[in-house]
Amino acid sequence: MPDTTIALREPGPAARRTTWFGRLRHVEPVTLLWAVLIAALLFLVAFPLLKLLAVSFETQGSGAFTLANYGTAYGRARYVEALLNSLTLGLITATIAVVLAVPMAWAVSRTDMPGKGFTWAVVLAAFVMPPYLGAVGWILLAGPNSGFLNLAWRWATGAEDPLFDVYSFAGLALVIALHSFPLVFIFVKSALDLVSSEMEDAANILGAGTWTAMRKVSLPLVWPSILGGFILVFLETIALFGTPAIIGIPARINVVTTQLWQFFEYPVRVEVAAAYAMPLLLITVGLIAAQRLVLSRKGFVSQTGKGGERRPIRLGPWRWLLFGWCAGVGLFAVALPLLVLIQASFAKAWGRGLTLDNLTLRDYRLLLFEHEMALTSVWNTIWFSGVAATLAVGLALLIAYIVARKLVPFGEALGFLAMAPFVIPGIVMAIGFYAAYAPPPLALYGTATLIILAFTARFLPIAYANSTAAMRAVHPEMEEAARILGSGRLHAIRHVTAPLVKKALLGGWLIVFIVASRELSAAVFLVGPRTRTMSVLLYDLSEAGNFEVLAAFGGILLVITMVFVGIGMKLVGRDFMLRRT
Amino acid sequence: MSRLQLRGLTKAFGTLTVVDGIDLALEQGEFISLLGPSGCGKTTTLRMIAGFIEPNAGSIELDGERISSPGSVLPPERRRMSMIFQSYAIWPNMTVAENVGFGLKLRKLPAAEVKRRVREILDVVQMGHLAGRYPAELSGGQQQRVALARAIVVKPAVLLLDEPLSNLDANLREEMRFEIRRLHDEFRITTVYVTHDQAEAMATSDRIAVMNAGRIEQVDAPHMLYTRPRTRFVAGFVGRTNLLDAQLRGDEIGLAGFALRGEGVAGIAEARQGPVLLSVRPQSVRLHRAPPGTADGRLVLPGGIAGRVYLGEAWDYQVRVAEGEQQLRVAAPPSQVHEVGAPVWLGFDPEQMALVE
Repeated sequence: MPDTTIALREPGPAARRTTWFGRLRHVEPVTLLWAVLIAALLFLVAFPLLKLLAVSFETQGSGAFTLANYGTAYGRARYVEALLNSLTLGLITATIAVVLAVPMAWAVSRTDMPGKGFTWAVVLAAFVMPPYLGAVGWILLAGPNSGFLNLAWRWATGAEDPLFDVYSFAGLALVIALHSFPLVFIFVKSALDLVSSEMEDAANILGAGTWTAMRKVSLPLVWPSILGGFILVFLETIALFGTPAIIGIPARINVVTTQLWQFFEYPVRVEVAAAYAMPLLLITVGLIAAQRLVLSRKGFVSQTGKGGERRPIRLGPWRWLLFGWCAGVGLFAVALPLLVLIQASFAKAWGRGLTLDNLTLRDYRLLLFEHEMALTSVWNTIWFSGVAATLAVGLALLIAYIVARKLVPFGEALGFLAMAPFVIPGIVMAIGFYAAYAPPPLALYGTATLIILAFTARFLPIAYANSTAAMRAVHPEMEEAARILGSGRLHAIRHVTAPLVKKALLGGWLIVFIVASRELSAAVFLVGPRTRTMSVLLYDLSEAGNFEVLAAFGGILLVITMVFVGIGMKLVGRDFMLRRT
Repeated sequence: MSRLQLRGLTKAFGTLTVVDGIDLALEQGEFISLLGPSGCGKTTTLRMIAGFIEPNAGSIELDGERISSPGSVLPPERRRMSMIFQSYAIWPNMTVAENVGFGLKLRKLPAAEVKRRVREILDVVQMGHLAGRYPAELSGGQQQRVALARAIVVKPAVLLLDEPLSNLDANLREEMRFEIRRLHDEFRITTVYVTHDQAEAMATSDRIAVMNAGRIEQVDAPHMLYTRPRTRFVAGFVGRTNLLDAQLRGDEIGLAGFALRGEGVAGIAEARQGPVLLSVRPQSVRLHRAPPGTADGRLVLPGGIAGRVYLGEAWDYQVRVAEGEQQLRVAAPPSQVHEVGAPVWLGFDPEQMALVE
């Protein structure tokens, strides 16, 4: 019996002789793949960034070295003021987001507050809703003259002045915060989930009440996460283009991103834009580094994951107060903006409110059947995002596999490059892509290729984080077990590894697809007349000022997003978009 | 000709030499354990045999054919081996039958033949009734049986096991030890078994290779390792022992305050004169309340109980020898009760003593 009745191929001669040819045969194809991946990453990530840096020191036309671009970019008070505005806006927005999100996170994670599923839905909806749509909704709600909230206020109090003017610094900050607070929520909740109830019990037994224990124990334990979320919202805000453009420009509030946009108006001054974008890039890199440092501090339980028993804290009647808070956030972040948008999209004139004789399908009909760009932009969005998501996930998976299995020396370099776009604001990356690939020899300006490449690069970190997590979940022994039984590496990947990571990858693909499909700040710099995406078209429509058409188009965009989010929740799990990566 | 031969096998990661010149030969159908503490290089050795790691020096031969040497490693899939992993590595996306049939399908066997062999082997490991289940629905022990079936069904030239029982609870571990040995007795597959648990190694193996710091300290049958350890490490790692500094003069072993006749002590023939190390198993000393009448020429010394621990299966006494400073740990049956401080007589049995390096 021990004599092998089932023969495998006998060892080849290469295994026995160590000739130079034998050595050559041992160069695994994976080394070649490594070279290809490095080239792809240099093309997607490193070159646009280097080009951005180089262009900022070039004279337009001649390409000679100069510092004049920096002089132009920061030589005018208006430009410097825009930078200061961005920073102030970021701080205020992040503060509001923390105030909104931390009580929600604590309530969902640690207490017996009712309606936790509802709160989840609020957070998810606020996260999924494109920020510029929220901005449009808030214009309809809190425009100084005809916004519904201000009308109601005047009607109720007889006052002359509006209650709240969305065209203001505070309005801008609030609208952005109402969209970005989910980032803080996800961070803080996942940290609170790791705090053992025993931590609070220990405070209770020493005489601290629920309130004191929360203030002195639970929250301090997760404070790195709160700070981490704060930094993320700050960065998101200073890099945001849509909301500042839609609300800030009419309000004459100039920020970095809208100023960059103005540098791209004819005549395009990409050199000055590149120089002007540098502080944005440096601030982002610095703060992400700071955030990593804060989150990796030892000594916080949030890092250990050792749980112990977890019981929800009983709040008594207070739980209704917390629920009221969550519901209020949901009302202002999601329900009201959505309602007015839907109302406007079906209205002949949105200001006349919700009456039967005001209803019409005119704008949907216009967009779906008559508008020359609307359907094209829908199609563009879907296929740009689809191709970009496929490229990003494919690339990320290969890199994650090579890094996880340590197949090549210096594999970490690949991982580093793949994660690098995470610290590059989308608008900066767009300018880099513009500088690198818009002019000859590639001359890709306005082409689908350029937008797809930019999307791929921009969302590569999401795909990479997702793929790494997926690979980590598959024990290398799974694959080794297949190999020792006689299957080659590729066969093992196809029959063992691939089926095991399929679901996680699908989730990653959908996340990239969804965020790419609403991307504005990079797309707006790169689209041409025939390659407009839905987000860019929506922005164009907002400039035209026809809110009924704008709302109807927003409705279409939202329906498409919901379909894909729905598919994701069905296939991958309810909170597939809200996992902290 | 040996089935599997390791010659001077060496592996270094950076500057750290993990496996340091290992020589080992396995006969056809032999079951050898690599036993050692964590970090001793046993798993690295196993993974080199499997072809997952390339050696820095030395070679591995299978049936006289070189399958591993620096710069030339036959890939795992072409070695006709199979392996059982610490994590079991049962593929969760396949049923039990699909897991077990995987290797057979790769060998291009007809479907009916695959089915028959899978059924046979699952019956052997008593898993026939669960063939259609998915691994997530199985207990740890059942997954282990699937891993065994999957590895054995392909009739490998060599079967490799990497700490296969370390994730099981104590009772199940004991049961699976016997199961592994039973399967070996049935199929006689040449086997290399990596473990840090000496009881596992002793229950399963024909021979045990004790490893320490990348080297093999001793290769012997289990009872020989216990009664005739050759190195200090083996004496201490396999079972408990008293290691005493001694002086060898002629065939007399001098200890602190007394001397033993060397006759019958393992390793005495090879040992050099002068300072030596004597391993005295706790079982090799008898305790008596009064001086024993017949000592058969064995050494008997007076002493006193310095401390004791009741372990249920035995007493663990700390005994001080009256002359000199020497303290010994002595195992005694539960019925032999001596109070702390009570005088005792120690009778030495050379059978389980050894001079070690």
